[in-house]
Amino acid sequence: MEWLNEHILTLVLAAPLLGALFATVIPSDRVNGLKVFGIGASTVTFLVSVYLFVEFDGSQAEFQFVEKVRWIDGLNVSYHVGVDGISLLLVMITTFLTPLSLLASWDSIKHRIKEFVVFMLFLEFGMLGVYISIDTFLFYVFWEAMLIPMYFIIGIWGGHERIYAAIKFFIYTMFGSLLMLVAIIWLGYFASTQPEGHFTTNLPELLAIAPKIPATVQMWMFLAFALSFAIKVPMFPFHTWLPDAHVQAPTAGSVLLAGVLLKMGTYGFIRFCLPLFPIATFEFLPYVATLAVVGIIYGALVSLVQTDLKKLVAYSSVSHLGFVVLGIFALTEESLQGSLIQMVSHGLSTGALFLIVGMVYDRRHTREISEFGGLSRKMPVFATLFMIVMLSSLGLPGLNGFVGEFLILLGSFKSQFLGTSAYAVAASVGVILTAVYLLWMYRRVMFGPLTRPENEALKDLNTREIVVLLPIVVFIVWIGLYPSTFLDKTSKSVEQIVLRMERARVGALSRGERDAQQSFTTSSTNPTKVDLVD
Amino acid sequence: MIPLNYYLALSALLFTIGVVGVLTRRNVIIVFMCIELMLNSVNLSLIGFSAFRGDATGQILVFFVMVVAAAEAAVGLAIIIAVFRNKQTVNIDEINILKW
Amino acid sequence: MVDLIAYVVLLPLFGFLFNGLLGARIRSEKVVGMVGSGVVGLSFLLAGLIFFHMLALPVEERPQVVHMFRWISAGTLETQVAFLVDQLSILMVLIVTGVGFIIHVYSIGYMRGDPGYWRFFSYMNLFIVAMLVLVLADNFLLFFVGWEGVGLCSYLLIGFWYDKRFEKATTSDAANKAFIVNRVGDFGFLVAMLLIYVTFGSLNFGSVFARANALSVGETSLILITLLLLIGATGKSAQIPLFVWLPDAMAGPTPVSALIHAATMVTAGVYMIARCSILFALAPATMGIVAVVGALTAVFAASIGLVQNGIKKILAYSTISQLGYMFLAMGVGAFTAGMFHLLTHAFFKALLFLGAGAVIHAMQEEEDIQRMGGLKQHLPTTYKTFVVAALAIAGIPPLSGFFSKDEILWNAFNQGSWFLWLMGALGAVLTAFYMFRLVVLTFEGSPRYDPAKVHPHEAPKTMTVPLIVLAVLSVIGGFFGIPYSLGGGNLLGQWLEPTFAGASEIMRLPTPEVHAIEYVLMFFSVALAAVGIYGAWKVYLKRKELLPRLVSQYQRVYDLLWNKYYVDEIYDVSIVVPTFKVSEKLLWRGLDVLVIDGAVNGIARVISIVSMVSRRVQVGVAQTYAIVFVFGIVMILAWLIL
Repeated sequence: MEWLNEHILTLVLAAPLLGALFATVIPSDRVNGLKVFGIGASTVTFLVSVYLFVEFDGSQAEFQFVEKVRWIDGLNVSYHVGVDGISLLLVMITTFLTPLSLLASWDSIKHRIKEFVVFMLFLEFGMLGVYISIDTFLFYVFWEAMLIPMYFIIGIWGGHERIYAAIKFFIYTMFGSLLMLVAIIWLGYFASTQPEGHFTTNLPELLAIAPKIPATVQMWMFLAFALSFAIKVPMFPFHTWLPDAHVQAPTAGSVLLAGVLLKMGTYGFIRFCLPLFPIATFEFLPYVATLAVVGIIYGALVSLVQTDLKKLVAYSSVSHLGFVVLGIFALTEESLQGSLIQMVSHGLSTGALFLIVGMVYDRRHTREISEFGGLSRKMPVFATLFMIVMLSSLGLPGLNGFVGEFLILLGSFKSQFLGTSAYAVAASVGVILTAVYLLWMYRRVMFGPLTRPENEALKDLNTREIVVLLPIVVFIVWIGLYPSTFLDKTSKSVEQIVLRMERARVGALSRGERDAQQSFTTSSTNPTKVDLVD
Repeated sequence: MIPLNYYLALSALLFTIGVVGVLTRRNVIIVFMCIELMLNSVNLSLIGFSAFRGDATGQILVFFVMVVAAAEAAVGLAIIIAVFRNKQTVNIDEINILKW
Repeated sequence: MVDLIAYVVLLPLFGFLFNGLLGARIRSEKVVGMVGSGVVGLSFLLAGLIFFHMLALPVEERPQVVHMFRWISAGTLETQVAFLVDQLSILMVLIVTGVGFIIHVYSIGYMRGDPGYWRFFSYMNLFIVAMLVLVLADNFLLFFVGWEGVGLCSYLLIGFWYDKRFEKATTSDAANKAFIVNRVGDFGFLVAMLLIYVTFGSLNFGSVFARANALSVGETSLILITLLLLIGATGKSAQIPLFVWLPDAMAGPTPVSALIHAATMVTAGVYMIARCSILFALAPATMGIVAVVGALTAVFAASIGLVQNGIKKILAYSTISQLGYMFLAMGVGAFTAGMFHLLTHAFFKALLFLGAGAVIHAMQEEEDIQRMGGLKQHLPTTYKTFVVAALAIAGIPPLSGFFSKDEILWNAFNQGSWFLWLMGALGAVLTAFYMFRLVVLTFEGSPRYDPAKVHPHEAPKTMTVPLIVLAVLSVIGGFFGIPYSLGGGNLLGQWLEPTFAGASEIMRLPTPEVHAIEYVLMFFSVALAAVGIYGAWKVYLKRKELLPRLVSQYQRVYDLLWNKYYVDEIYDVSIVVPTFKVSEKLLWRGLDVLVIDGAVNGIARVISIVSMVSRRVQVGVAQTYAIVFVFGIVMILAWLIL
């Protein structure tokens, strides 16, 4: 048992990787075998992660199940993994969604099945690696590695303009992450300039020296990291790769893209931007929060007028993720907890929405909303599940979406860091708009008379499809009615971050008092005078 | 004894003729011969220095150059023949597909 | 004993799950209907038990909180799923489950043969659950669950026949409208909740009200909170300016209109104000607005009701108008009177709707009263009960509506102003007029339908028995609150008194006393109602030639009323259409596709253009390279030498 607890994270990480490697040697014509194997491998990963979840001690804020193996000695880079309350839920949602999206692809992926399974498992490996790395370099490696399978998933099994979408996705994300790499290297270099310091990419060590980073440099470092994360989230106005990627990606790709990949951005904000560069965070906070709120309303309004189902859901992600970012930068325990729950909720509900769109697409081979109408009559089970998912997405109290949204709004309303409750009030308007576009979409697809003769022959969901959606619905209700299961695991880590930020704020303020002329606000425009290091 | 400058002047003259030939002539064979000419003008200056300084190293180096030049001539001519077979021309302006 | 309250909520939840999950398999309408209404009936019995238990307790021990489990807790926020059982909530529970049960029974007959029979009952049960959560919640957050939950059920039930045509669109458009307009109200409630949390540090009713008492009257935060709450209330209770969804909500099956859009859900806004009476009492400015909104809505909606032809539509405007009375009562601090009217209204309005349902049923889905007439001999029971309800709503003594409406009007005068009383009285005339216009056009006179095609017949027992029960309640419902001036004990007032004691104390309301003027006003309102009834009877039955003359004389006014003051159209032009236009043309196709994505693709294009130009340097002619090469060497040599 002890051995298991010490190596559980490596096990979680190794399961999909070994699965991917093993899948390469299965003959390509064993189609069903490959599918079953892929689902099996990812289910095993999920089961292992459930064990991880159960064993995780919610009363500790520190990283747990830490493993450290030396990797590149000269640079002090190591294979250093661990989970805390922030990453735990994201690991869970990753391992939870992968088998479901593989199962959902059972019929819709018709060619190159072997490659598909391999890429999906490799993608899972990359995503998990991102969430459990506590070494910046290792994080970067996984961050980039996970692009490759996604690139192929969109590029090979996508829609008509898949190549355009895949390249746009790849280059856009890559562009951001290169700046992050520069920042990572600079951080390592900065560590080596410290007394008795050495080059390092180890996150805990970096966190220890973070307060000594000069304010101006923090600004640049923050921007380098934040741009990369903002593109990934995606925050307005860096979001235009998302609709293209989503529309072109196959269902499984969309599910993982929305469910897991986007959260890497918001996760990055919490893990790196806030604790490493607190002063820069305070400085940029109003701008980021404004962009988040703009994203909420803008995403909702643009969703409202989409004619393509997938595009609609894609833009709704911009809106939902805006809440998450707002919650992160409100820097209160409530809002951060809300953001974490909202990340999971969004993964569930938007993931399910993409699955649902995929199910419709498999039947009609179109995603144009105007092609549908009145499907409820032909597909009652589908209508029910769709309704629950839609309600979860629009934040109906009692379902998962509300818990996160409310905590975020509450936290940002009272946040001292934001300084004004205007953000929260504006974001609340998004709550109205969310209802408008989702209900309007549901109305046009499911309700009304069945006008199109093509829709007469539609079949209701088969058992496989119900099996795909049902677990998601279970969690939608679970999180909505009893969120404590999840909130309890995250509370300590969130508390620690908020404490850290508050301390940094007090520090920044007291420094400002000591040198009133030279607060960090003015210093950013006057780089020669800046030296907040004592 | 002929002063060193004479050797060098001749060498420079030959080299310039070679350069001008490489730059202006259109026939690949002639361009090729001009390259040989440049090579040999360099050889000449090497030999000149060698004789002037009473050191055999320069002359030995010239032998090496001649061996390489022979090999190069063989490969170069072979390429020219291959190009001619493909394009039915040895006009250097028409051999311009190595671009973009 | 009070712990049983959990089962009051769980029983309908069981019904919902049972019918929702198994209903499609069961196929037997009997089982579905029995389970669906049985659970609500059992809930009612349990609630009755709890009520009598509370009755036996001393006053101060009556309110109790029943904890279920911890719900959302993060940071300093700690919310429980807990039920607050006090005088106010148990009254609401009794109304919801009692009237709910009657309407469930009625639905067994009304929905017979509908392919979505099981779906109907599971939605109805879910509604009861949500409504019970709403009235029993002991904190704002849980209250919000019920608040949105009833909205959801309303949405589901309005669009129950989702492919049926309704006016210009389908029923599901009406459902969407209801949900979205309610969401606008919910926005107000949500922000109010945030503000409450920041101001009082808790969302628990008990702690919030306790801490609010420490604040001074008229504090800005309190006014803001109550105004935001009021926005929520106007949404749910269909008051100006958010009333537009309720008339459209009539697209749903009639029992839904009776239960949700007359008796229970729409009163949630009133209940919320009553629940937060302390907060409102501390914000006199808001109270004034509440009263004015209520009074205006009462007259406004009643005037629209004068000329409409849809039987349910008239009742819908009537509901809006009556809710206006309740708001008026709340606004002048007459919380008890408001709750009293809520109770009696639940009886007679449910009865009116169910009666209308019986008529529609008999007329084979015809809803236009211009194509009815003379139905009283075909539908005797329906006719009699309908008239009872119409008399009750018109405020004819000694029916229930008289007592409750009169108490509101008296309080409006006594604690408010003569203007509020006047609006209320005006509303009363209009109410009496349109109700009897409806009665006359539907039941009296000669048939205006095609007797060859339509054969009206009395509804089955499952439908008429609920009508009779509700008729009895409409008659005797008022006796719970006979005012002191008429020698009654005002039982309801005594029962609710402790709940509103805090608010009354803050507002320093006069203790109930008997005034001579009260009798005068009472006489006036009854007389006005009688005038209204007589007018309707005269114009629509006795002297029909008067009608065209009246209409042509006041053509403009008539058009304005007929088109409902063009409110829908104004909202359409000013809000709905611009939102869509701006979103599509400006934000999506303009900003998103052209500007932002244009910039992204533009950068990519610029890079490829630069490359396209610079690649021209590679001409492929070796001599050109050589020239450049030699030139370069010459330059370097020249630079070295010089």
